[in-house]
Amino acid sequence: MLPVIIFIYFALAMTTLSILVITRRNPIHSVLFMLALFFHVAALYLFLNAEFLAAVQVILYAGAILVLFLFVITMLNLKAEIFTDPFIGEWPVSLAIGSSLLLLIFFTLRDFLPGPVGTYTIEMIQRETNTKILGRVLYTEYLFPFEIASLILLIAIVGAMVLAKKKS
Amino acid sequence: MIPLEWYIGLSSIIFMIGAVGFMIRRNLIIMLVCVELMLNAVNISLVAFSHYLQDLRGQIFVFFIITVAAAEAAIGLAILVVLVRNKGVVHTDQITEMKG
Amino acid sequence: MDKYILIPLLPLAAFTINILFGKQVLKDRAHWISTLAVLGSFIISLVTFFEVVNGKTLNYDVYTWVLSGSFKVSIGFMIDPLSAIMLIVVTTVSLLVHIYSSGYMHGDPGYYRFFSYLSLFTFSMLMLVLGNNLLQLYFGWEAVGLCSYFLIGFWYEKKSAADAGKKAFIVNRFGDFGFGLGVFMIFLFLGSIQYSDIFANIDSLRGQTVNLLGYNVDLPTLIALLLFCGAAGKSAQIPLHVWLPDAMEGPTPVSALIHAATMVTAGVFMVARFSPLFNLSPTAMAVVAITGAVTSLFAATIALVQNDIKRIIAYSTCSQLGYMFLACGVGAYGAGVFHLYTHAFFKALLFLGAGSVMHAMQGELNIQKMGGLRKYMPLTFWTFFIASLSIAGIPGFAGFFSKDEILWLAFNGGTVGKIVWAMGTLVAGLTAFYSFRIIWLAFFGSFRGGHELEHHLHESPSSMTVPLLILGVGAIAAGWIGISPLLGGNNWVAHFLAPAVGHPHVHGSHAEEWMVMGISVAVAGAGILASMVFYLWLPDLPGKLSLKLQFVHKVLWNKYYVDELYDFIIVRPVMWTATNILVAVTDGQIIEGIVNGIPRRIAAFGEQIRKVQSGNLQHYAIGMCVGFFAILTLIMIIFTK
Repeated sequence: MLPVIIFIYFALAMTTLSILVITRRNPIHSVLFMLALFFHVAALYLFLNAEFLAAVQVILYAGAILVLFLFVITMLNLKAEIFTDPFIGEWPVSLAIGSSLLLLIFFTLRDFLPGPVGTYTIEMIQRETNTKILGRVLYTEYLFPFEIASLILLIAIVGAMVLAKKKS
Repeated sequence: MIPLEWYIGLSSIIFMIGAVGFMIRRNLIIMLVCVELMLNAVNISLVAFSHYLQDLRGQIFVFFIITVAAAEAAIGLAILVVLVRNKGVVHTDQITEMKG
Repeated sequence: MDKYILIPLLPLAAFTINILFGKQVLKDRAHWISTLAVLGSFIISLVTFFEVVNGKTLNYDVYTWVLSGSFKVSIGFMIDPLSAIMLIVVTTVSLLVHIYSSGYMHGDPGYYRFFSYLSLFTFSMLMLVLGNNLLQLYFGWEAVGLCSYFLIGFWYEKKSAADAGKKAFIVNRFGDFGFGLGVFMIFLFLGSIQYSDIFANIDSLRGQTVNLLGYNVDLPTLIALLLFCGAAGKSAQIPLHVWLPDAMEGPTPVSALIHAATMVTAGVFMVARFSPLFNLSPTAMAVVAITGAVTSLFAATIALVQNDIKRIIAYSTCSQLGYMFLACGVGAYGAGVFHLYTHAFFKALLFLGAGSVMHAMQGELNIQKMGGLRKYMPLTFWTFFIASLSIAGIPGFAGFFSKDEILWLAFNGGTVGKIVWAMGTLVAGLTAFYSFRIIWLAFFGSFRGGHELEHHLHESPSSMTVPLLILGVGAIAAGWIGISPLLGGNNWVAHFLAPAVGHPHVHGSHAEEWMVMGISVAVAGAGILASMVFYLWLPDLPGKLSLKLQFVHKVLWNKYYVDELYDFIIVRPVMWTATNILVAVTDGQIIEGIVNGIPRRIAAFGEQIRKVQSGNLQHYAIGMCVGFFAILTLIMIIFTK
């Protein structure tokens, strides 16, 4: 009973927050609501026995990406933003498309069949912590993608700096 | 127990909200925010699958998605900064130089 | 490879060599190639002729082009008496014209072109004559028409010459349309275009009818009349005779070769070749005979008042061709071909003689401006005189034997025969009259062309006079192969041609034959006498008579206004249609509309489609989502079926 209530709360909260994110006029408000959303997502991860990911979510998304967004917004100094129309002219079309797609997905969910069950049971994960298991899998089976991820980050750093450099 | 379909439904709702927001907003920064929203929705779904199918691959994938999202946000914002510096506006309907 | 294939091949080779190398390499020596080629053809034709005299006939295919089931198209040769005699005519006259032209066309800038066209013409005519199927005949037919166009409009910078060439070709095409339909009908009903198959099965057409626009038309008559359309066009019979006088714009050797001896006789040859078909249809034969007779009379009357020497001879040709068709129409195909053969000699001689006169007169054609030329050019005079005696039908000369044969067989040919006989006899008198008119006006009397010209009058070079002499001999002797039994001969040529063209039934008595012969000679003599009266003894009589009969004279002078009639009925409406309808509407609006309109529509459409690329990122995102939605829906529909 309790899990259901908690889940329903999370669902409602996340939906409301995301709607608020996309409809606020002030970009700062939008980003701050997104912060709240990230925390809820992290809580949902905890709910799903993925502690490491919850931590990573908060650190990375809330701590790094969001801060980046805030920096850029403040740097750009968009005061006039508040007074302009937030939506483009064709917003009903987008809304209609979005709703139809959502309905389509709901329609397919009725016949949903999950795939085969794997080996990493919840008990096993709870015995050895999520972090340890995750680490073991990451550094053995998925080492190569891990290294590539690091390369991607490198490219991101270098790229961002090169792109945004002032011409001197 | 919460059925898996609920998580998927939640994920798709947030994804669609993000998509609609992407298509609706004029401000470029908020468009990038909506992209992050969409990525997060996908993350939720993946973690849910990982939990219910008792396979760690979902969580690994989320790990990488977060990484890429971070990189993408960084570069996207860098481009945005350059764009604003050159054009002076962040509104999509005023940046239409690529029209046919 | 047998020798018969060389007959047309040598002139073709000469044409190719001359047209390719004539301008740069051969220049003034171009005549050697052509003349030697035609000489080769002539020798082989002579050999062939004697072979046929000894009884050899041949019908074989040189090259089979299409063989599809029972349909066969091939290049082949049919060597029989008819084609043998035509070979002699064509190669002899062609050879003499080639030799003559080397003198006449000397110094002309298009010298090599002239000889190449002459060779091409000889090739085409030989293919026409030697052919053993309708397609080859048609090929030769069209090719000689084409060469006629080239040669008539040889001096193409002169507008009248170019127009004359066009007129010849276009009027010929009118006839060829009917001819083509005739060929199609033969193929349709007999299933083959090879002569051997056609003539073997020709009797199957007897009595058959076709339903044409609701009327039941007798099939052999229809086919024969259609074929005769082509013959009328090619041989300048009414109503398609209008091109022949204008064709005199071409050089005189051309007139001698094409419009006297060979091309215009192709019509007669074709009718003779298809004698089995014509024999099935008395109606068609009557039409042929009457057309021939009417044309004969018509042309002879016009020739009475013309002043252009070449035009008089052209109308004379038209008239004599009428005689040949007259003969064919009463069933005397052999006599028609015999007249074709003798006519080739004396008509070519007349033309070449006229050319010789023009050469001396610096190109002057008007006989009123000539006179007393026999002092200056005796050779030309005597050969011209012989030719005129021949055409008038004076006993002993070639024309007498052939013309007499025709008139006698016409007299025997029933009611139609008697009518055309009467017309033919009248024409004989007129022929004598206008032929000798030329002689009295041009060669006798005093020179009326001015002193300047008189000083330059001289006999032509030997390259021109030698052919005249040879033709002169021919104009006398050529007829001796067909001497009537009445006069002690055995009419060899009629028996020679009989296997190919048949022989009409003669049921008149000897007395009637003598009577006919006597009448024709008397009429000819009267004609000559009358011309002497008009032009030698009483020179002002023509002038006074033309004033009294002014209307008649005007009609004859203007050739019965036929050209003006055609201009009014055919040429003007066609030109009006062409400019106002075809150019303005069909070309300007419809075709241009489509050709320009489609790109314009596509461009307009493209302009509209271009607007999809608005440059706005979110429009693209919306598009993507719509597409995504569509694909998902499609997949869902397909997979839930």
